[in-house]
Amino acid sequence: MASFKPTKVQFLPKLGEKVTEDTLYWKNYKSPVQIKEFGAVTKIDFSPLAPHNYAVTASTRIHVYGLHSQEPIRSFTRFRDTAYGGSFRGDGKLLVAGSEEGLIRLFDISGRVALRQFTGHSKAVHVTSFLSDGFRVVSGSDDLTFRVWDVPSAVELSSITEHTDYIRALAPSKLNPDLFVTGSYDHTVKVFDMRSGSSVMTMQHGHPVECVLLYPSEALLVSTGGRYVKIWDLLKGGQELVSLKNHHKTVTCACLSSVGNKLLTGSLDRHVKVYNSSYKVVHNFDCDASILSMAVAPDDEVVAVGMTNGVLSVRHRKHKKDKETLTSRRRRGPSYRVFVKGKNFVPRQDDFLVSKPVKQYLRKYDKQLKSFEVSKALDTALQTWTRTSKPEVTVAVIIELNRRGTLKNALAGRNEESLTKILNFLLKHIFDPRFSRPLLTVGDIVLDLYRQVLHQSPVVERQLQRLMEVLGREAELQQELLQVLGILDTLFASLTPRKEVLWEEHCPMSLNNHCVSVSSVSADVCRI
Amino acid sequence: MVETSDIRVVRCGGSKVNLTPPIISNDSRFVLCASGDLVKVYSTRTEEWLHSLQGHTNQVTGITLNPANHLQVYSCSVDGTVKLWDFIDGILIKTFVIGCPLFAIYVSEKHEGVLFLHVSMATDSKNECFQLVSVHLPKSAEQEVEAKEMSAVSSHISKNPSCTAFGRGVRVHFFFFYFSLKATDKKGAKNAFTCIACHPTDDCIATGHEDGKIRLWRNFIHKKEYTYSTQHWHHNAVNTLCFTPEGTHLLSGGIESVLVQWQYGADNRKEFLPRLGGSILHISASSDGQLFCTSHSDNKITVIESSFKVCGVIQGLVKGDAVLTDLMIDPRSKALVLNGKPGHLQFYSLLRDKHLYNLDIVQQEYIYEAGLDQFEVVKAAFDIKGSWLATVEERGKKSSDLEFFLKLWAFDERTQSFVLNTTITAAHTDRIISMCFSSSEETTMLVTAAEDSQFKAWCQGADDQNFWSCDFVGSYHKLNPTNCSFSADSSLLAVSFQEVITIWSPDTWEMLTTLCQPPGVIRDLCFGRLSCSKYLLGTTTKNLLCCWNLLTCELEWSTSVDVSKLQPDPFSENVAAFSYQSKHTDLFVFKPSEPRPLFTNKNVCSEKVHRAVFVPREEPLNSCDESTQWLNRSQLYFLTQNMDLLTFSTATEEDRMLSSSKQLVIDDSVAVTPFYLLLGKHRQQQQKLNTQSHPVADKPQQPQGSVTIKELLHTPAHVLPAASVLCSMFVNSFLISNTGEMDSEKEEEDSEEEMEACDSQQELRAQGSVDEVTPKLSKAQERELKRVRKTDFSWMAGLIDSKP
Repeated sequence: MASFKPTKVQFLPKLGEKVTEDTLYWKNYKSPVQIKEFGAVTKIDFSPLAPHNYAVTASTRIHVYGLHSQEPIRSFTRFRDTAYGGSFRGDGKLLVAGSEEGLIRLFDISGRVALRQFTGHSKAVHVTSFLSDGFRVVSGSDDLTFRVWDVPSAVELSSITEHTDYIRALAPSKLNPDLFVTGSYDHTVKVFDMRSGSSVMTMQHGHPVECVLLYPSEALLVSTGGRYVKIWDLLKGGQELVSLKNHHKTVTCACLSSVGNKLLTGSLDRHVKVYNSSYKVVHNFDCDASILSMAVAPDDEVVAVGMTNGVLSVRHRKHKKDKETLTSRRRRGPSYRVFVKGKNFVPRQDDFLVSKPVKQYLRKYDKQLKSFEVSKALDTALQTWTRTSKPEVTVAVIIELNRRGTLKNALAGRNEESLTKILNFLLKHIFDPRFSRPLLTVGDIVLDLYRQVLHQSPVVERQLQRLMEVLGREAELQQELLQVLGILDTLFASLTPRKEVLWEEHCPMSLNNHCVSVSSVSADVCRI
Repeated sequence: MVETSDIRVVRCGGSKVNLTPPIISNDSRFVLCASGDLVKVYSTRTEEWLHSLQGHTNQVTGITLNPANHLQVYSCSVDGTVKLWDFIDGILIKTFVIGCPLFAIYVSEKHEGVLFLHVSMATDSKNECFQLVSVHLPKSAEQEVEAKEMSAVSSHISKNPSCTAFGRGVRVHFFFFYFSLKATDKKGAKNAFTCIACHPTDDCIATGHEDGKIRLWRNFIHKKEYTYSTQHWHHNAVNTLCFTPEGTHLLSGGIESVLVQWQYGADNRKEFLPRLGGSILHISASSDGQLFCTSHSDNKITVIESSFKVCGVIQGLVKGDAVLTDLMIDPRSKALVLNGKPGHLQFYSLLRDKHLYNLDIVQQEYIYEAGLDQFEVVKAAFDIKGSWLATVEERGKKSSDLEFFLKLWAFDERTQSFVLNTTITAAHTDRIISMCFSSSEETTMLVTAAEDSQFKAWCQGADDQNFWSCDFVGSYHKLNPTNCSFSADSSLLAVSFQEVITIWSPDTWEMLTTLCQPPGVIRDLCFGRLSCSKYLLGTTTKNLLCCWNLLTCELEWSTSVDVSKLQPDPFSENVAAFSYQSKHTDLFVFKPSEPRPLFTNKNVCSEKVHRAVFVPREEPLNSCDESTQWLNRSQLYFLTQNMDLLTFSTATEEDRMLSSSKQLVIDDSVAVTPFYLLLGKHRQQQQKLNTQSHPVADKPQQPQGSVTIKELLHTPAHVLPAASVLCSMFVNSFLISNTGEMDSEKEEEDSEEEMEACDSQQELRAQGSVDEVTPKLSKAQERELKRVRKTDFSWMAGLIDSKP
């Protein structure tokens, strides 16, 4: 005797992005914490030393946040005009920042007042940075020059004018204290060597350069500008390795994750994209506004993104530890007497085992189907939780009822409330290609059954009106799609037959059918 | 069929076991059922087929136990004979020749020597008019007796055997009930009778009705005062009713395949045993009430304990309404695979004529309801190694509400069965027409051709993905494909689109060439094998069999034959073609390289043949005869429209079968268990040794003292005499008795010549009676024995006594 076979629920795979290790890794962040700043966030820089505080430059202030704090633990507010490019020294004790008025200020992380002020730039200084020896500061300005300053004596060591437009990008080498890379709006990226006092390498980016970034090995250089991200091989004399065009607006910032050296780019199109080592996009973050700055904490603990609307969005990494504490709090241990008693008994080798028949556990709707209670089974499947979170279960029960030829019986004899439930479900899911076929049958049967009494309930009538509207819209859409398909067919007909075959592989399979059935139901609705 | 005398068509295996109610023997050890022209005896415990009672020459229509001797069984057949069997030993005791086709048999305890039979009223059995007759069995010692002494009891009765029942009245000696199906059709209610059962002791009859009601009629003996009560549970016609022997319960069954047990007296108390398989056709109970047997429409007998637990299933070859899948051979188990239970594929071992297992394809609860549109397995295909199985299940007669799934099953080595790997929900937009696997060893590829004028190639995804996905979609001028086939080395794929055959290369998916032979749509398509692999064969609807040469892309030959099925043999170049012409089917076996057929068999059967398969033999025959050579490597099975599975057998093969069946004479009183078989083998060896030394001895040697030992061992210890008494008896029993024992001691000392003469006399005597064969002893041994016998063993008795 076979046992009852439960209803098979079909889980159709979601189309679209594939789940890879990278996606799992980058999905493993908590929902972002939003911190409101006073103006657009132009620069975020993490301190290289633990506990990895980060400096956020926005408007006329620089705030220093702790990794997990939402309130600034320190702020530098002595700017008369907009501050730019606050960045830490290699030991995390000093901070340098430029400003709109052309002054460069140097702060002790524990102090308030600037330790040094470097004057000399005639226009706004957008980028400042320490060289890797820690005693010199390099700054790039809108007056087309960049200057190198000595920290102890606060004097200008050199000033070089090679760019022909604003300098907006700067990256000092961490291995060589005399090397740094600059990018400018004159479409070029230049590598400077302080020992020779001039540029040693020039690369044409092709668009105004917004950001430059050196890989830790310093063999590869990333420059972003326009919609393009370009990777240059410095060891081959600045040869372009790849040019990526994944954003559809200007790419404003780039940074590297410390685990696996993944490249992250942020753009005005409000997306952060993560590339793998072969420069394929593996993950994508969405933000609410155009992104101006971005930084990743060491060990990828935090991803901080600054936006034009002055919101700093901080994502923290999820840890297993957190999850465990969460779940353990929620689930209490089983009561010994009910669940554990005797279950953990391990039989000895020479014990004679009397096997107990395994009881088949059935879902509630299966139990009802087993005893042919069709209406109840449908009610169970239409319960709020199932309906909203697992629509495929509801649809599976509907398909099963249809197969048994009892769908009409199950739908008949319902009151306004339960009919509304069914119609709501239809409204929500009738266009899901996974569900549309059985749901269209349900719609047909409901119309057939309740044709006489529909006008008695204004609620149901309104829902049917909505159903008719959406069905009409869908039919129109399908028609348009078919037209496009026809256009494409004529286009491909002129190509080789090989290509034609390739195209057919991709075309939606049941489009035609679907359209016909949709229009038939909408015609039905119209009749009423 | 003089010209093909050594090849004949035989009906093989898988005949119906559900035609008549099965019978349980009185000791509940055997189940008997009529199956084709045999009566099969199964063991209730092991479900094993023990032996069959062979002798009827036509369909056996009824069996019943002999009320006078519960070890004997009567069987009746359409060939007009009633045979009496000893079913334990499988011996035919008597044959009664009645002379006209018999359709059912009944006996009554009160009437010894009388049989009740259903015979057809008119001479031609076309008009369904039957009568019940009683036949007095003449007492005679002969094997074959003519019993012409018939007296009609009643006429115009239903053919269905469950429409007649015998009561065992207490006061009235005997009464029986019958009815006509037309009798009670009033007021449009569907309350026509379908079956009847009599209570064994009470004055009560139960009748089943077409609308699912059961009526219990009481007080039937007092005429006109009868009353009845109605019970209703079945939603469709009640197929069968049966009272338990004590009369405490009533069992009923119908199409919903639920065995219902009604408590007699307390009518609303019932028990159910659901999901037994096909709809229940017959129920029978053993005489002690411990076992029930139900026979089902899916050719199955279920043995059920009285505690309502299924304890055994005897499954025959399921033959549904139609075999939708082709006949296939599972490359691993060499089992025949075809549609089985609804939504299942069955694996049937042709060699052992045994159902192996059912593979659940649809995996849905089957609803037993008439007129419901159910999922059916319509296509199935194995790959060459048997590690993949592709199935198509389909629902919906009209194309508008057609639902179908393409499923791919992987063979799991651990569980030794197929496990679902991939389900493809919308493989095509219309019905799949043809499906085949590529036959290469490295890559398995599946090609499906459907009515949406496309064919698709499916293959397993690269590296880490183990599911199947679409690899290529091909079409040809929006024509509907009709068939697809891979060449033997999988280097070519042939897809026929209506009248055109297209040849594709599966490596590059390039269309290589098209072949066309205009009149008629291509019906069947197959590539030649081995040395004929350069040929492609095709049959068209316009009675044309064509053979193309693929090297020259030209038509090699064609002939006008209406081929209904073209079946290539995978192990040789041969191709079998069944053609249907003027109400009979002919078979041609030919090689594609030469248009002259190797073998022709006219009039194989009278129906059309649509399914056929070559089954590889376990050990190849080595016949050199030209006409039987094609059967050397494999055997051809085919299925007619009447769902008869037929095959061709050669004379040499039959001889071999016959001789092997003679060798396998075993003691039938013992159930065939694996242990028994082991012992039996040992015995056979012994027997062989014996026959070498004594050609006269037929039976294995019994140890001489067996009776004494048996007595000794089987008597309970507390009734045994003292061990000292037994000792000498026990030792004596081991000594080989000599027929010359009576002779005096003096005779022993006689001359040796006399002894020899005496011995030869004994030998003669021994040859006379087969039963008492004594082993020969050499003279020296004999003398030694006598010496031993004369020694006094009384000291031994003393020893035993001294022990506490």
